[in-house]
Amino acid sequence: MAAAMPLALLVLLLLGRKGWCLAEPPRDSLREELVITPLPSGDVAATFQFRTRWDSELQREGDTDHYFLRYAVLPREVVCTENLTPWKKLLPCSSKAGLSVLLKADRLFHTSYHSQAVHIRPVCRNARCTSISWELRQTLSVVFDAFITGQGKKDWSLFRMFSRTLTEPCPLASESRVYVDITNYNQDNETLEVNPPPTTTYQDVILGTRKIYAIYDLFDTAMINNSRNLNIQLKWKRPPENEAPPVPFLHAQRYVSGYGLQKGELSTLLYNTHPYRAFPVLLLDTVPWYLRLYVHTLTITSKGKENKPSYIHYQPAQDRLQPHLLEMLIQLPANSVTKVSIQFERALLKWTEYTPDPNHGFYVSPSVLSALVPSVVAAKPVDWEESPLFNSLFPVSDGSNYFVRLYTEPLLVNLPTPDFSMPYNVICLTCTVVAVCYGSFYNLLTRTFHIEEPRTGGLAKRLANLIRRARGVPPL
Amino acid sequence: MGLLSDPVRRRALARLVLRLNAPLCVLSYVAGIAWFLALVFPPLTQRTYMSENAMGSTMVEEQFAGGDRARAFARDFAAHRKKSGALPVAWLERTMRSVGLEVYTQSFSRKLPFPDETHERYMVSGTNVYGILRAPRAASTESLVLTVPCGSDSTNSQAVGLLLALAAHFRGQIYWAKDIIFLVTEHDLLGTEAWLEAYHDVNVTGMQSSPLQGRAGAIQAAVALELSSDVVTSLDVAVEGLNGQLPNLDLLNLFQTFCQKGGLLCTLQGKLQPQDWTSLDGPLQGLQTLLLMVLRQASGRPHGSHGLFLRYRVEALTLRGINSFRQYKYDLVAVGKALEGMFRKLNHLLERLHQSFFLYLLPALSRFVSIGLYMPAAGFLLLVLGLKALELWMQLHEAEVGLEEPGGAPGPSVPLPPSQGVGLASLVAPLLISQAMGLALYVLPVLGQHVATQHFPVAEAEAVVLTLLAIYAAGLALPHNTHRVVSTQAPDRGWMALKLVALIYLALQLGCIALTNFSLGFLLATTMVPAAALAKPHGPRVSLLLPRLECNGAILAHCNLHLPGSSNSPASASQVAGITVSFLSPGWSAMAPSLLTTSLASWVQALLLPQPPE
Repeated sequence: MAAAMPLALLVLLLLGRKGWCLAEPPRDSLREELVITPLPSGDVAATFQFRTRWDSELQREGDTDHYFLRYAVLPREVVCTENLTPWKKLLPCSSKAGLSVLLKADRLFHTSYHSQAVHIRPVCRNARCTSISWELRQTLSVVFDAFITGQGKKDWSLFRMFSRTLTEPCPLASESRVYVDITNYNQDNETLEVNPPPTTTYQDVILGTRKIYAIYDLFDTAMINNSRNLNIQLKWKRPPENEAPPVPFLHAQRYVSGYGLQKGELSTLLYNTHPYRAFPVLLLDTVPWYLRLYVHTLTITSKGKENKPSYIHYQPAQDRLQPHLLEMLIQLPANSVTKVSIQFERALLKWTEYTPDPNHGFYVSPSVLSALVPSVVAAKPVDWEESPLFNSLFPVSDGSNYFVRLYTEPLLVNLPTPDFSMPYNVICLTCTVVAVCYGSFYNLLTRTFHIEEPRTGGLAKRLANLIRRARGVPPL
Repeated sequence: MGLLSDPVRRRALARLVLRLNAPLCVLSYVAGIAWFLALVFPPLTQRTYMSENAMGSTMVEEQFAGGDRARAFARDFAAHRKKSGALPVAWLERTMRSVGLEVYTQSFSRKLPFPDETHERYMVSGTNVYGILRAPRAASTESLVLTVPCGSDSTNSQAVGLLLALAAHFRGQIYWAKDIIFLVTEHDLLGTEAWLEAYHDVNVTGMQSSPLQGRAGAIQAAVALELSSDVVTSLDVAVEGLNGQLPNLDLLNLFQTFCQKGGLLCTLQGKLQPQDWTSLDGPLQGLQTLLLMVLRQASGRPHGSHGLFLRYRVEALTLRGINSFRQYKYDLVAVGKALEGMFRKLNHLLERLHQSFFLYLLPALSRFVSIGLYMPAAGFLLLVLGLKALELWMQLHEAEVGLEEPGGAPGPSVPLPPSQGVGLASLVAPLLISQAMGLALYVLPVLGQHVATQHFPVAEAEAVVLTLLAIYAAGLALPHNTHRVVSTQAPDRGWMALKLVALIYLALQLGCIALTNFSLGFLLATTMVPAAALAKPHGPRVSLLLPRLECNGAILAHCNLHLPGSSNSPASASQVAGITVSFLSPGWSAMAPSLLTTSLASWVQALLLPQPPE
């Protein structure tokens, strides 16, 4: 039941010099698959993956030039139907046939978790990489909630989840499959029953544990033709106990500590729950400029001791131009919680720079954790082209580790906000008070006052004064 | 300004102020009190209204129907609690998990400065249990809190039952945009404070607690619930928080909206709302409610566990179910529906509550007095000090003129006489001493309590009072030398200058207090202003005692000012640690108001003491 991911865009511009290299005629291919994972809590997770590949004339050259690498986050943006519609239009069969008929917005957004991704990358077509194909991979993961969607029941079917069933594969696809996780949670007997019974199964090591999947191939004519549709049903034979789900080896939590509107602290807790293996984590933080970070307050502690990162890259923010960028490689000791904290001061913005709802707070983008997490079961290196697509979601590097990228939750930070409801009144009042008071007080404070005697005496006195002036004596 | 720049008219004005000073002072004081009493009458008190757009226009339909479930939960909770003798943590965890929450626990312990009145325990340790309802597809950036504080006795189990039933109902809904935290704390306020400190990862009160495993972003609002019976006749709402802080008025308006919608009987300070404001009865009843609120706010104690949330800028209030001998009773469904409505409306909020008033007084649930209307009451009282100070300044000034030009006509004089500087310099020592005494009053009773109990046969609570008295006695005995320094000058000038400074200082402090905690400021002003204005030495020998005491008074006020200062700035958190202790344990919290009254009493007492011999 993790939080939904904000819309994160990783824009990778790897365009090289244009060149002609027509070795083979263009080969387009589409693979689609749906992985259904029933969870012991009664929730069920469904992950769609679509991979489209096509040949292109755009040539990639040499190494990646990091000058063109861009990273941007919109932490305030939440994924909505307006993101789903264009995403569906990228699919070759749109939502007409194949697995994509299940993508109905009203069901997909009636879930407790929703995440959507688009990855585009060049793929070498031969060993020397003289020609490339482009690969578009679209991923959508949802978690159906037993309490909300399931009305408390823990048995699921495709129809109950998506209010649709599968009828035919996408005619453009070269592969169209449904995988159902039927790994035994208890060792002694089967706890989960799948209907119709699968013809084949697939075993692999995913996220460091051994998993068994039932395979339903939509191109298998027997699968569809029997009843004109395929409605896979999941039934728990022995309802799982209300127990806490197994904790992953790496998870993280981020929050703002402190109170008040002057200072604060960004804290990230990194949990390594592996009983005996330590592993390094690459932590990437981008913090908006209006949180002024004090880098000298950066502290990293694990198990009560200071943990010195082996690599730190810090790029300070420039006001209104670029955010702080902080990247660290931290070794997480086995079975520990590592706390990374850095203090900041909340900046005062110009009054035109506040967002339309300034009292809502300002978002701080999630930290990104990249790690090679040690697995429990050693995995054999596999051929990516032969194995299912979901296998490459968490790629195994050397058999004992798998790669994980985690995003922590975005944060909401309040900045000192003026009361925008009456700026006009305040400006008018202040100007008036200053105008009225300042001049008078200034006069009162800087001048001395003398009483000038009223001119009395008339003509006689004036005459006397004339004489006195002629004598060189001060006048009366 | 023209009036002041003309020396002739300035002198005339000065004479007028001098001559009419006493009547003006009396008039101003009476005006202050009268203004305060007039606050309950309709032109000054206004009808409350919802300012927040997100909560005002839309209406929600409450569907909570889990009354039986709530009662069953409450029975189970009470039984398990009786069996274990403490908060049944394991049962709560299991139940919360079964209704579909993410459950975490937090253990805490705190050594009390005083033994608990009932149990004689120094070390209090307990466990908080909280479950988080994650809003679907949201990123856990904001949350709302429903909290039930559980004390040592077995009350409030119905509130726990209702909390669990509401959690079960809320869990099945799709519309949540903010996470909801269901929090059950042990040891009343201690547990709440421990949880809040851990949630914000700060340590203000020296609490030892385990770090929180689960969080849900910035808390936008909180509601504390206290119910001790299956049926209630009315719901009482408490708003006064730590150091007199109040939640945004819109939160109270929200509660009132659902009171009206559900036909619930809702009270404020235990008083029903008067129906008729046109006759005298309504305002008089409003005055009772207002005075009760002023007393509670002035005490600085949180009037319910919601009060601790306010420090963290979380708008919060406490709802108490009252079961009296009235005929009409409401069951848990009615209370649950009101809570459901409030949470759904709070769920609509885009910005945190900021549109309505933060500083107000309440003569009734649907009437309020805004800050612009109640501040003149304190202003009139403080004007007395200003007038007195002006009088002293003029007397000093005229004495000056009289010394320089004996018998001559009062000619144009320089604004600041040269000898005035000497007079002010000689005031530094007594002022510093009074400041030091104020600091000692602030720090020593808590610090010295431990030492006192070790070396003398006194209890902890007595030790604090005795230390306070000792400091006062010491304060009376201390500054004899400064006494002499000042009295070597002209006979009257010494005490006049000192009193002048003390008056201005007192007015400044009281003004600051009235801004942050109006009730405290107003109550202090009503008692201290006449004493400060009237105090006057009657012989050449006894000159300095009284102004010095006024300094003490000002310092007392200064001490109290530290409390509101703690509300916003984390910088002063460490200074406030000692005082905040007072809000945590029942024994100490009873002491906090008595500390204030003791100091006031001893101040008055010191006024009546015989003068120290020269």
